[in-house]
Amino acid sequence: MVDRHGSQCGFCTPGFVVTMATAHLNGRTDHDDQLAGNLCRCTGYAPIVRAAADAAAAPVPDHMRDAAPGGEADGVFRPTTSDDLATWYLDHPDATLIAGATDVGLWVTKQFRDLGDVAFVAGCSDLAHIEHRNGSLHVGAAVTLTALRAAIADSHPSYAELIRRNGSVLIRNAATIGGSLANGSPIGDNAPALIAMGAVLHLRRGDAQRSLPLEEFFLDYGRQDRRPGEFVTGVSFPETAPALRCYKISKRFDQDISALLGCFDLTVRDGTIARARIAFGGMAGIPKRAAHVEAAVTDKPFTTDTMQAALPAFDKDFTPLSDMRASSDYRLAAARNLLLRYHAEMTGAATDVLAVTA
Amino acid sequence: MSVGTPVPHDSAALHVTGAARYTDDIPTPSGTLHLAFGLSSIARGRIDMMDLAAVRAAPGVVAVLTATDLPHANDVSPSNHDEPLLSDGTIHYLGQPLFLVVADSHRAARHAARRARVDCTEETPILTIDDALAADARFEDGPVTWEKGAPDAALAGAPHMIEGSIEIGGQEHFYLEGQAALALPQEGGDAIVHSSTQHPTEIQHKVAEALGVPMHAVRVEVRRMGGGFGGKESQGNALAVACAVAAAATGRPCAMRYDRDDDMIVTGKRHDFRIAYRAGFDADGRIVAVEFIHYARCGWAMDLSLPVCDRAMLHADNAYDLPAARIVSHRLRTNTQSATAFRGFGGPQGMMGIERVMDHAAHALRMDPAELRRRNYYRAMADVGGGPSAPRPAAPPEDISGQKMQEDVASRGSAPQDGADVAHTPGGHGTTPYGMPVTDFILGDMTERLLSTSDYAARRAAIAGWNADQPILKRGIAFSPVKFGISFTLTHLNQAGALVHVYQDGSVHMNHGGTEMGQGLHRKVAQVAAARFGIDAGMVRITATDTGKVPNTSATAASSGADLNGMAVQAACDEVRDRIAACLAERAQTTPDHVRFEGGQVTVGGETMTFAQAAQTAYLARVSLSATGFYRTPDLAWDRRAGHGRPFFYFAQGCAVTEVVLDTLTGENRILATDILHDAGVSLNPAIDIGQIEGGFVQGAGWLTTEELVWDAGGALRTHAPSTYKIPACSDRPDRFDVALWDAPNPAATIYRSKAVGEPPLMLGMSAFFALADAVAACGPHHAALDAPATPERLLAAVGRARG
Repeated sequence: MVDRHGSQCGFCTPGFVVTMATAHLNGRTDHDDQLAGNLCRCTGYAPIVRAAADAAAAPVPDHMRDAAPGGEADGVFRPTTSDDLATWYLDHPDATLIAGATDVGLWVTKQFRDLGDVAFVAGCSDLAHIEHRNGSLHVGAAVTLTALRAAIADSHPSYAELIRRNGSVLIRNAATIGGSLANGSPIGDNAPALIAMGAVLHLRRGDAQRSLPLEEFFLDYGRQDRRPGEFVTGVSFPETAPALRCYKISKRFDQDISALLGCFDLTVRDGTIARARIAFGGMAGIPKRAAHVEAAVTDKPFTTDTMQAALPAFDKDFTPLSDMRASSDYRLAAARNLLLRYHAEMTGAATDVLAVTA
Repeated sequence: MSVGTPVPHDSAALHVTGAARYTDDIPTPSGTLHLAFGLSSIARGRIDMMDLAAVRAAPGVVAVLTATDLPHANDVSPSNHDEPLLSDGTIHYLGQPLFLVVADSHRAARHAARRARVDCTEETPILTIDDALAADARFEDGPVTWEKGAPDAALAGAPHMIEGSIEIGGQEHFYLEGQAALALPQEGGDAIVHSSTQHPTEIQHKVAEALGVPMHAVRVEVRRMGGGFGGKESQGNALAVACAVAAAATGRPCAMRYDRDDDMIVTGKRHDFRIAYRAGFDADGRIVAVEFIHYARCGWAMDLSLPVCDRAMLHADNAYDLPAARIVSHRLRTNTQSATAFRGFGGPQGMMGIERVMDHAAHALRMDPAELRRRNYYRAMADVGGGPSAPRPAAPPEDISGQKMQEDVASRGSAPQDGADVAHTPGGHGTTPYGMPVTDFILGDMTERLLSTSDYAARRAAIAGWNADQPILKRGIAFSPVKFGISFTLTHLNQAGALVHVYQDGSVHMNHGGTEMGQGLHRKVAQVAAARFGIDAGMVRITATDTGKVPNTSATAASSGADLNGMAVQAACDEVRDRIAACLAERAQTTPDHVRFEGGQVTVGGETMTFAQAAQTAYLARVSLSATGFYRTPDLAWDRRAGHGRPFFYFAQGCAVTEVVLDTLTGENRILATDILHDAGVSLNPAIDIGQIEGGFVQGAGWLTTEELVWDAGGALRTHAPSTYKIPACSDRPDRFDVALWDAPNPAATIYRSKAVGEPPLMLGMSAFFALADAVAACGPHHAALDAPATPERLLAAVGRARG
């Protein structure tokens, strides 16, 4: 970093160095991705990436393999199994469950919220598995986005690419799929992708377990179908989804909250759309299926004309808000165009700006 | 020779190890208190009642101050005395500080500040340019107008006429280190203030006013900032003054830093502009006349808005020879954050106006936009007899008779002096709209080289072919030049001081008036000092900028840091060096001009000694090894009111070619490649200069693409954190990013013939914006009039307009 003039004001530099050193330890050379969570306002990043590239071939210093110091927190429940969690949570139904704290942390630092009773659930090892079950992939609630992305990189490449743009390496290492879904944010990026695939959510309250289609979990803005003392144990979805495409639209590619996110999974047989599942984030108070659009294309030929004819149905499915990320008009226009993009991409047209080079 | 070598930043090793100290890292004495402002939650109105009982009762709170508790001046304005530290009862914007919480921790202060109950009578806020025009809410009596030639007649007779307007958004500085200050009360009512500021003298002045003491009772120290970008020229005043008055009230040290959200909600940003234009062109694409109307949203207080708007007018020509021009500037007062300095200081906005005109004209005339731009360039330096030696009016002494003692004379917001006796140069070709002959224009040659090295013409043709085959994605390419005037337009600020000590071991300790915010100023200036003494730059130590060492400094701003302070340091070093030389020459029975300082050695007659031995020899001979240095920029004469004269010592120049790809279904886009050729004169440090250029480009491209400030209908800034305000991230830099220096001597007699490089590269980011406009143009026949920032949303709408 010194030789490459990678620091100017220096304020961001220690963060870059630590991220870079960790990426180096992990043998990563996708520098832009590894550094996506570190902002620099001075350099324009070029010299920092040059420094990372320079260091790639150097041996990893021994001290990088030292064990991390452990942390303790008083008055916090730290279950190691979901059974323990279930029992405790029944007795403390108003408690805050914390997995990665990627959102809850902000409740504390920004809103000074008192969290009350707290359980750290990341230690529930039985919730951290990814298993194949009868053609489905079952992902435990405590699986991190980093682990999920790695597990589905080949089977669900479009969803995996979506996760790549979800937070940074650091955030994805902490954030869990269960936290993402239970949080219920209308702009969370996992729910639309999973809903498009027909994912099933699993919940537990005491010893009682139940499952429901993921879209039914989201009742209204800020309200989910989760009873006091009940928690998310995992989510299941098809082992492969070759026709799934996830389109995240934001002002900036990396590290930005979606203005809208459209996820499409259309089953085409003999040129006809046999089944359509389309879900959006950022278009309503909850992650929501585009039921009218799905109906408008189902049993129709997979053609541009069908897509064009279905566009007015978006108005029946969504009346999005205007906010600092985008206007209502843009959200609707872009949502319609994403259906066109889906058809274009599946029929071989170039649609991805990230795939173009000078 | 230390000058011109690409040595790393002097603090680089401290940066990478985390050992570099910023204001909030300074170890504080026990008992230090922490401050937070309570902020208004409405944009305009009157405070009826402020119930602070719950704030006072909150855990850890030591004191709560309101405007009536302040001992002396309640003002943190750098210009017009219109910016109370704490509201005097009137609320001017949402986020205005109303009261000050003093507590035993940062968190306790912030937490307590939210417990106030404030009853207000709300008034309808003036938020937008249109609101302000409708209410005639403005600074100064009316719009400022500068004129050259007869624009109306020329426009009426022009073969081709274009007309339109462009919205240009503001920009949050997003310095990584937020605003911060620490005040340490001293005996006898004195104060030491550590501040993250580009302008220590301004902090000293405002703190002295607030404490009711002379400036000599306040010492301000700045070791470094974690980024400034103009956001710390005046915006640190509030924190420093708050700390000083709280320290005086409690007798304890007081520290303050804004949480990021508060920083963005409280402090000013780059001015957003609307620029309406009418321009006439001949059939060959040469401009015959242009009229610009600038509408600048200045926010609630004057701050530095007048010189910002002046500089926008001063860059309405950018690189183009305008035979006739009218530039009208409306400085509008709104109930929003008080817009402030930001890298380029209005220049970028002014340039966007003329660059839009060039782009629009190229579209209308179906010409290559780069070619049309070149046809309108100023005449080359070589063709006009070159350099700043061209005839110019002599600089008269400034009349300071009207100056009041309390005037903030070291601020760019200070009232301009009347009486600058500026000779009026005839208009016509070769002079700017403000009457300054352009005698150092080198963009013609630079453009030719860049268009060649970037393979612009072939790529443009290839892109057209590619676009014809692509239904959804479109690529675009654009060239844009930058010509940026160097000097403070408030002429008297173009001065600097330095203090140099040589110790008996040959090490050198140096201070100057500039501040380090990451731009490598201290490194460059140390290289100058090392060169004067013929020693290694590592032997020169620069410590914190300190008002007790170098007084009456100008802000480190206007790209002037190295130009001004480098010269002042050179003068101080030469003074000491000449004394040493005289001493050694006398001993060797020769003359001082026979004493040489090179490679860490001093040679006199046949004798060679180390620099340390030379210093010790001089010390033993009782020669003073300490000196001050001073510099003032020559040849400036500027009448702001008339809009006429020579405000700049020279012009820094640069140009860029950028290629992008655009998704016409969503407006998503990428910067694919950028080639830059930039003029840093003879670079003092090529590595540091290239760093400024790369970083400036990315920051400028961010301003015009992803960085969008959004206020809601109530005047609340909705983009007040990194989650909602998007500066470029790592992957947003161009995939291919090639930067070269022009590397020719500055014809103006600057320090080692270098050129200022702080601000000009930001405007190279315009090439990204116009490349996106070019991609939009590939979608349909109509001129889409793209606004900035070109977010996906604006781009998608522009695609629709292009198609018609």
